[in-house]
Amino acid sequence: MITYQISIFAENKPGRLAAVTQVLAKKKINIRATTIATSDTFGVINLIVDDPQRAKAALTKAGMTVTLSQVLAVVIPDQPGGLDKLTQLLFAEGININNAYGFVLEGSRKAVFVVSVDQIEKAERILEKKGFKTLDAESLSTIEPFHYMKY
Amino acid sequence: MYWEKEIETMDRGSLEKLQLARLRETLARASASVHYGNRFTELGFDTQEVRTLADVERLPLTGKEDLREQWPYGFLTCSRDEIIRMHSSSGTTGRATVIFHTANDIAAWTNLLARSMFMTGMRRSDVFQNMMTYGLFTGGLGFHYGAEKIGALVIPAGAGNSKRQIQFMKDFDTTAIHIIPSYALHLSSVFTEMGVDPRRETKLRIAFLGAEPHSENMRRKIEDFYGFKGFNSYGLSEMNGPGMAFECPEQNGMHVWEDNYIIEIIDPVTLRPVPEGTEGELVATTLLREGMPVIRYRTKDLTRIIPGPCPCGRTHRRIERITGRTDDMMILKGVNIFPIQIEKRLMEIPGLGTNFQIILDRENFNDQMTVKVEVKGEFFGGDLQQLEALRRRIVEELRSDILITPKVDLLEPDSLPKSEGKAVRVIDNRKD
Repeated sequence: MITYQISIFAENKPGRLAAVTQVLAKKKINIRATTIATSDTFGVINLIVDDPQRAKAALTKAGMTVTLSQVLAVVIPDQPGGLDKLTQLLFAEGININNAYGFVLEGSRKAVFVVSVDQIEKAERILEKKGFKTLDAESLSTIEPFHYMKY
Repeated sequence: MYWEKEIETMDRGSLEKLQLARLRETLARASASVHYGNRFTELGFDTQEVRTLADVERLPLTGKEDLREQWPYGFLTCSRDEIIRMHSSSGTTGRATVIFHTANDIAAWTNLLARSMFMTGMRRSDVFQNMMTYGLFTGGLGFHYGAEKIGALVIPAGAGNSKRQIQFMKDFDTTAIHIIPSYALHLSSVFTEMGVDPRRETKLRIAFLGAEPHSENMRRKIEDFYGFKGFNSYGLSEMNGPGMAFECPEQNGMHVWEDNYIIEIIDPVTLRPVPEGTEGELVATTLLREGMPVIRYRTKDLTRIIPGPCPCGRTHRRIERITGRTDDMMILKGVNIFPIQIEKRLMEIPGLGTNFQIILDRENFNDQMTVKVEVKGEFFGGDLQQLEALRRRIVEELRSDILITPKVDLLEPDSLPKSEGKAVRVIDNRKD
């Protein structure tokens, strides 16, 4: 299943991330995972939240430059080689990963790995065929993340 | 001490008589060009009516827009066969204003540069390293020819490559240089880095500082570091380029070579002359140019005439350092840049908003331009590479136009202050 990552364009200066989290906190939107990519004076904040549409609306209303993009949230076993199985598969199929980050699920031996790829439909199909479970926005909102790990 | 004593020290009466005679010849000649021919006809102006120098005020002003309108050949008074050289304003590409010279024009200009350099003490025994860009920019070839005319050994080093410049100075015993003041300051840090003391390890004694307005403080700073005497010079391509006005050993104002130019200082708003000694816009007329005479050209540079005679004995009046511009032109590393050039480029690039800002800084004596521009919200695709590619494209496009590599910051939409009325586009933080 395909889910949505929310990306915010932000200048690289104090208070920008705080402004984002403040809006989300007020709207009681839960953040599942986050990653920030910066380039000197500006950057992109990527978030996986429990309600991406509502988050986008709230942040846009607050004057921020926001976009939703499709990603795959893949459930992988939280054990040595768990991530490797996934990345080897994507590599073998010639799928390029543009961005990736993940988090471990509490109370289970599983982790969620979020990947932004160049051929998302193809990737989704292959993952399904190979037995990987992918989460949609709804299931992301019900799971409990344990802690984040960033790649 | 004089290159042409008779002309340089000519009494004012004779000098003005010479100016009037040359002005009348210039006007007669100018009538042959499309621009002035039309202009004089429109105004019903008979060039024979000019009987005194004061009549200059009745002549039409010429602006950069006229040169653009008549681009490229509408100011020529002769066939193209007579033209041997083209120059253009520094920095601008595309539809830059261009100036054409006949062989006599180049000879007259060369003579003015020889006269100017000789005035500062340069002689045939000197080794002159010309650290200016050669090419369309007048500072390269202009000085080159003038120095050769004096008979000095000329090293056409060109701009940049700091370490090699310093090596040349040491290897060839360079005594005189032509350099942009901000580059002279920058080069001082390279000297320090290389552990070379210019006062002990070079023979530098004269520097021509040009192509960029600078303060007295900056001159002193440069002189102190290098141990040479730095002479300010002034010129613009429309008036040949450097050699129009130059400092004498008194270092107090630049003598305008009035046998070659008529200068006026006008109020940029009323366009009326200001009283002598008051600041205003410099307006200049060429007196010896054949191929492309320019009459009452609005330089947009602000200065004043320094009243009274100069102790050096030259009778040609002096203008003060340029204190500013009547338009928004910026000068960076000797390159003239208008904010509109940057605006035009930015507007052509998809993904950018209309709001931008130019910030000029001087770090380690090096001028830096930062262009801050807002990205359009709908352009953002959530991807850093896309933004980086956009940033690189802006740097590249601007560099190809203004010849300077700016730093580009991408901003969120609506993050720049919206100014009411005319936007404040340029913030100049450079001091001295």
